[in-house]
Amino acid sequence: MMELLQTLLQTGQELLGPAWLPVWTLVKIMAIIVPIMVGVAYLTLAERKVIGYMQIRIGPNRVGYFGLLQPIADGVKLFFKEIIVPSGSSKFLFVLAPIMALAPSLAAWAVVPFTDGMVLSNLNAGLLYILAMTSLGVYGIIIAGWASNSKYAFLGAVRSAAQIVSYEIAMGFALVCVLMASQSMNLGDIVNGQQGRFGMLNWYLLPLFPMFLVYLISGVAETNRAPFDMAEGESEIVAGFHVEYSGMAFALFFLAEYANMILIAFLTSIMFLGGWLSPVPFLPNGSIWLLGKVSFILLLFLWFRATFPRYRYDQLMRLGWKVFIPITIVWVVVVAAWMQTPLWVW
Amino acid sequence: MNFETVVFYVFAALAVIAASRVVTARNPVHAALFLVLAFCSMAGVWILLEAEFLAITLVLVYVGAVMVLFLFVVMMLDINLVQLREGFWRWLPFGAVLAGLMAFEMIWVLGSSKISGGKEVIKHAADYSNTKELGRLIYTDYVYPFEIAAVILLVAMVAAIALTSRRRKDAKSQVVPEQVAVRKADRLRVVKMSAEKHAQKSDSTAGVAQ
Repeated sequence: MMELLQTLLQTGQELLGPAWLPVWTLVKIMAIIVPIMVGVAYLTLAERKVIGYMQIRIGPNRVGYFGLLQPIADGVKLFFKEIIVPSGSSKFLFVLAPIMALAPSLAAWAVVPFTDGMVLSNLNAGLLYILAMTSLGVYGIIIAGWASNSKYAFLGAVRSAAQIVSYEIAMGFALVCVLMASQSMNLGDIVNGQQGRFGMLNWYLLPLFPMFLVYLISGVAETNRAPFDMAEGESEIVAGFHVEYSGMAFALFFLAEYANMILIAFLTSIMFLGGWLSPVPFLPNGSIWLLGKVSFILLLFLWFRATFPRYRYDQLMRLGWKVFIPITIVWVVVVAAWMQTPLWVW
Repeated sequence: MNFETVVFYVFAALAVIAASRVVTARNPVHAALFLVLAFCSMAGVWILLEAEFLAITLVLVYVGAVMVLFLFVVMMLDINLVQLREGFWRWLPFGAVLAGLMAFEMIWVLGSSKISGGKEVIKHAADYSNTKELGRLIYTDYVYPFEIAAVILLVAMVAAIALTSRRRKDAKSQVVPEQVAVRKADRLRVVKMSAEKHAQKSDSTAGVAQ
């Protein structure tokens, strides 16, 4: 396998010369994005199946075995639907919004490592880059809400903007704790900092447990998932910011939401659950552990949706500003003091 | 012309176009979005200067938070464009003088021998961390200016809140601790009753009365 890759690299270099670098980078980008898109498709199926079983239903089971072809059928349906642009809308922005929603959630994958050294761009400021990219995702929602020229869409956009900005602060402080513990903003180094003789006891999950909870819950809020899906709120504002969208334009918002979920799951696993490190010392490390952890966190996302009722808006704001932000600020100080003592063993 | 120069000109051109559209766009929301584009292109230029920390912080803080709140406000304003555009010619000379003055100042500062002089940007190795260097300087050599700036920001924030926060006297609000402290027994009364039967009339009337 490695030999094959080596020969491929060599022939490519000889064949294309200076044009080889962009081509090879594009190949790598496709190797990341295609599995993500497949993952998104099957995450939608997993969501319907898991929630179905939790509610003692079967879920989709007509298209293919166990409904395995359902996501493809959905994709084909959405692809052939007509895209309607509302007459009073700002057309350019209306078309731009779904792109602005999806692009940052894919761009963030550039610095996500899949195993030691297997990363598209080994950026030193990787953590900052991730924060910057995830904070850009809100533009898709705001622009969609405004450009649609509809009350419901606008209310959804305003709700979502306030929510994302509020929870980003708590998320940022949680990440400050991680970077203090690892003394690095490079995601690969963060995982390697959690390596040790004691397996899962060396993960940052243990010293930063409150931050893990804050990050996970803020992640659910950032991706506008239930129980924080106020931006959609079908019972109050129909479907929120994407009420005017149809067909592929709507599908892009859908893809962005699920791609963001997978991204948050990856980041949580990398920063708190030791990434590709094995939980017990006697088993080898590998990507399989990372995928397992990611799947578990994604299951949590689905579980939350099946379990909790939607928050009221003032409760959501209270949780963000009056509970999470104070906890994170206190924990930053605690970790900073803790690290000065010999009791810090991570 | 190497690749870096091409990238620089692309970003610089984008920044200039976006910045001029900020002042010429008719719709305030479009203007705010052009400002976002200007910020993003400037972040690109800064990355070319190897100032990746500043560039990413620009995107994170200004694009990700400040401009979102800005858009939030601008979208909700009911702006009368005609009113906004009147008096353009009357104020034009004043604005032109101000713009000229600012351009002169910038040329003066940037053209002085200390800053420019066509110096090459020093290239660092790949493991050089801009963030670490900045952090070290801010928290050692410049710790007092940094803290003074932080305190000034805090004062400004407190002042802004104190100036604008007016509580309505008739406003209704929920007391959160009370809501959290509610137990099931406070709100809900479970009534025990026997199962109803259709057969006998006397029993069913008794059931309804309960």
